[in-house]
Amino acid sequence: MTDPVLRLQDIVKTFPGVRALDGVSFSVMPGEVHALMGENGAGKSTLMKVLGGIYQPDGGDIYMGDWKVVMSGPLEAKAKGIVFIHQELSLAEELSVAENIYLGELPRKSFGRVDWGKLADKTNAILEKLNVGFDARTRVGDLSIANQQMVEIARALTVDAKAVIFDEPTASLTDAEKSVLFDVIADLKKDGVGIVYISHRMEEIFKITDRISILRDGQYQGTLATVETNEEAVTQLMIGRKLDLSRNASHHKLGDVALEVRGLSCGKLYRDVSFEVRRGEVVGFYGLVGAGRTEIAETLFGLRGPSAGQILLDGEEVSIASPAEAIARGISLVPEDRKGQGLILGMNCRDNMTLPQVDDLKAGPFVAEGAEVAIFDKYRDQLDIRTPNWKSRVGNLSGGNQQKIVIGKWLSMHPKVLIVDEPTRGIDVGSKSEIHKLLRELASQGYAVMVISSEMPEVLHVSDRIVAMYSGCIMRTFTSEEVTEDNLIQAISGLGGDRAA
Amino acid sequence: MSVTQENAGDLREGIMATPTKQQIGTVLARQGILIAFAVFMIAFTLANPKFLSVDNVFSVVRSSAILGVMALGVTFVVISGNLDLSVGSMMSFSTIVVLDLHDKIGPALAIPAMFAMTLCLGAFIGFLVGYLRLNSLIVTLGMLSAIHGLTLTYSGGQNMDIADKEGTWFSVFGQGTALGIPVPILIFAVLAALLGVVLAKTAFGRKVYAVGGNGTAATFSGIRRARTVFNCYMISAACVATAGLIQASRSLGSQNTVGQGLELEVLAAVILGGASLLGGSGTIFKTVIGVLILGFIQNGLLLLGLQFYVQFVVTWVIIILAVWLDIAAKRGKLWSPIA
Repeated sequence: MTDPVLRLQDIVKTFPGVRALDGVSFSVMPGEVHALMGENGAGKSTLMKVLGGIYQPDGGDIYMGDWKVVMSGPLEAKAKGIVFIHQELSLAEELSVAENIYLGELPRKSFGRVDWGKLADKTNAILEKLNVGFDARTRVGDLSIANQQMVEIARALTVDAKAVIFDEPTASLTDAEKSVLFDVIADLKKDGVGIVYISHRMEEIFKITDRISILRDGQYQGTLATVETNEEAVTQLMIGRKLDLSRNASHHKLGDVALEVRGLSCGKLYRDVSFEVRRGEVVGFYGLVGAGRTEIAETLFGLRGPSAGQILLDGEEVSIASPAEAIARGISLVPEDRKGQGLILGMNCRDNMTLPQVDDLKAGPFVAEGAEVAIFDKYRDQLDIRTPNWKSRVGNLSGGNQQKIVIGKWLSMHPKVLIVDEPTRGIDVGSKSEIHKLLRELASQGYAVMVISSEMPEVLHVSDRIVAMYSGCIMRTFTSEEVTEDNLIQAISGLGGDRAA
Repeated sequence: MSVTQENAGDLREGIMATPTKQQIGTVLARQGILIAFAVFMIAFTLANPKFLSVDNVFSVVRSSAILGVMALGVTFVVISGNLDLSVGSMMSFSTIVVLDLHDKIGPALAIPAMFAMTLCLGAFIGFLVGYLRLNSLIVTLGMLSAIHGLTLTYSGGQNMDIADKEGTWFSVFGQGTALGIPVPILIFAVLAALLGVVLAKTAFGRKVYAVGGNGTAATFSGIRRARTVFNCYMISAACVATAGLIQASRSLGSQNTVGQGLELEVLAAVILGGASLLGGSGTIFKTVIGVLILGFIQNGLLLLGLQFYVQFVVTWVIIILAVWLDIAAKRGKLWSPIA
């Protein structure tokens, strides 16, 4: 038996309040495609960042062949033959393919002039291997996303790669482009390169990988030979924790339909989406990143015009051209990027909370600051926001408290429909369950709540119904009685799931 | 719009939750300027006892009034996260227009007409920056040149003078006194108080801070960004028109280039007061302090016997220092070259 090209042994990595990796081991054999799977937040990215030298592990070792190595940084990882193909591309669009591939190590002639001829020859030799339809002089910005990814791969091939890590490489590829990628992976495999393949897509995993390793909550769950296992078994390992699945189906009577969406489409982002949300109901939207959930929320909030379809509020068709209009009609959005979209970090807590209604809180020509403080105090108490006083800069609060400020901001507007996108992203475990409880309470108070989440336990926990989305389409809508981890994960992977839209 | 950042979020959380180097740095940087100013004042007073005399202080404030009035408006623009480099040439425009119209339609009509024309320019800039979302640096730099051309076209390149300099009440804005205080100082003070209240106490002021602090988050809170930015440029134009009025009234005659270069001094005063060029912070009070600091420094250099032209270099030095300290406070260190 040959030695693994790469072996991570008992890796531990902690962040304040989180044990992101708890003794994880993982190895890749030469010529092997090894899938790394796990839910969002399971620790895949952290593990790869440890491997790439971006994070230093708090415990455990990395071996290449027989040698124990220390990855001091990305450059060292690259020098050792470990190459990353990231989900987000890092190319200079204005430069040519060749310049991107050899950036930092362009071949030189005398007086530091670039040897363009040699550069093109070297590049074309690699591109030929990849069998792509563009050449060294093409401007990268003119290439499709798939071809840009090929440039990244070509860059990987310039070093003597021992292991190549693909992080969700097919997220933005068409079927045809995918098959080109898989051919390239097959070639790398033939050359004895070890490949780590991170993906959520079961279909691909079973098509191209040899082994599958699974992480859950930062812990290693096991490694399965792909041919000897099946989707159910993998799914089981990914989610098999004892979930707090006290399903929270509403015990109170649901009210009228507050929001109805009929045949809503927005270009390629999502298509023919229909659903309704009743007062007193939490509807969860579950799917992979890029499934179109956030984009639907953006349309409902007036940030992204739909290309077709209707939006009905209380049974009346409306058009929503701006967030200001959405707010006026009673739609509120707690956005996924709390710091970028939700809050003005340099402003104090009170001003952030009352911002949407600052025009309405008037004392003569001025803002009624007393009324503002009263609003802040009310929601500070109701949501248990921990901050010394309203004057604190929001940027100084913890993530959980920041999120509560955003939620308080919208509750104080008494919306008809509250959309919450990734309610607990980057929030510690304690605040997480508080926010979950809060979302349930809001439903029982009669709010119509849409929760978009990439965390399965979260959607299962808070939702009365769950809409499963896959690449822009609603695959199936589950009631809390019929949903299981298995059928949900299948629906969002584009497998099973009746296409009931 | 979707960004995956599993643990990066946690890391940053850790940084955000502890109160910070940043804040300490900010305080140091702000006080750094005040301390430097205090040292400067003491040194100059020692070098020339006239420096802190009532007469001199009065004359500094009085000569700073025009700059100050313009800086009040630019403060709104800067807090909203934009720049206005057109105020200098816009002020020349206002001055020339009001002087020209004074003899043609009389001062009572000339003043509102000049305000209307200047506000049109402000509206145009506000439209380009707010509604078309063009970069404010480029737009206002372009307008600096375009308005200069407009002024020259209007005047035919001639200096503009009022025919009857003795017999017009128009001189009151620049030369008059009320309650023993020169009118320019009064205008500056009243406008500062008024705009200070608008910025600090009204819904509009709150929105200016929100738009400059985080435009995306402001949009996500239902604030109409374009309208807010537009209004900031309208306020700036109104201040420029007022400054032009004072200037015209003080001299009753003017060259086409009277406001040339003022845009930089105005910006220096605003930054010196502590408004961040990135937007979202600053106050009218701080800007007034910035205006006075700049005025005293320039006056002090003159009293030392340095040539007037040295001011231009000094203004540059002040801008660089102020920007550097502002950025250093944000980074938490003075020295941080591009890696």
